[in-house]
Amino acid sequence: MEQKKEKNKYSVIVPTYNERLNIALIVYLIFKHLREVDFEIIVVDDGSPDGTQEVVKQLQKLYGEDRILLRPRPKKLGLGTAYVHGLKHASGNFVVIMDADLSHHPKYLPSFIKKQLETDASIVTGTRYVKGGGVHGWNLMRKLTSRGANVLAQTLLWPGVSDLTGSFRLYRKSVLEDVISSCVSKGYVFQMEMIVRASRKGYHIEEVPITFVDRVFGSSKLGGSEIVEYLKGLAYLLVTT
Amino acid sequence: MKHVVKIFSLLVAISGLWIGLLQASIISQSHTWLLPIYSIVSLGCYGLLMVGVGLMRFPTCPQEALLLQQDIAEAKDFLNQKGVDVGFA
Repeated sequence: MEQKKEKNKYSVIVPTYNERLNIALIVYLIFKHLREVDFEIIVVDDGSPDGTQEVVKQLQKLYGEDRILLRPRPKKLGLGTAYVHGLKHASGNFVVIMDADLSHHPKYLPSFIKKQLETDASIVTGTRYVKGGGVHGWNLMRKLTSRGANVLAQTLLWPGVSDLTGSFRLYRKSVLEDVISSCVSKGYVFQMEMIVRASRKGYHIEEVPITFVDRVFGSSKLGGSEIVEYLKGLAYLLVTT
Repeated sequence: MKHVVKIFSLLVAISGLWIGLLQASIISQSHTWLLPIYSIVSLGCYGLLMVGVGLMRFPTCPQEALLLQQDIAEAKDFLNQKGVDVGFA
């Protein structure tokens, strides 16, 4: 077991756009909480005008260019392709994807890794809707939409996981490469498509509780167009998976 | 098999069962005719109930927001010391 642990390397892919402050905070927190494993952080920055890349370069000087990789893209090209892009540069045998806005706290990384080692799962996904998990910063309307969306997806898709749109996940690298190549959705329907396709392909998926503190700096929105996109995504997954 | 096919097959099976019931008239026909409506209504009730229960038991974590603020302060201190300029006041 110990030897196996030595060999594993984790590549944390963090897509950013205007996350100058958050990226520095999250890098510090990742280094604080992941002391005993071999890992690298891959920042995929979509040409942020706020100087995110300058901050990442300073962090590289502090932590080492082999630990923090900056792999920028010229402009905003979407979340799904950001993971594909980061994945090309990943040297680990496991890949973690997480948001840069601190709604995903790096303190949960050890529990993802532990769960994977215990169960030998191909995917460990963070879930907000079980004991020990939770959400902070949502109003009643946001909670209602989330619950409604979840019941609808559970009833129609039988996905086998409790949190479909969460995006804090650990993948075996080969599995992520396989699943991501068949995904076409954009935005957060992409997260749902990834986990549903992985589940249909028969990959072993485990869950760990995480808490989600809605973004501290900046704001996240959920409007009518997102709901329409979600329903379209649901219909798309019904007929293609 | 595509998932929509699975759901469709399930619906076909249920309809088959229903037609069987109509033919066999184990319960009176007028009741059997209403069964599809009953099932749609109960499916709707199930959905609403699940959303309601989910809302009531929605797990929240206000303490996590406080812990995060502490972590942010700690990270800012550290980064300031190391001279990483991220432009915070």
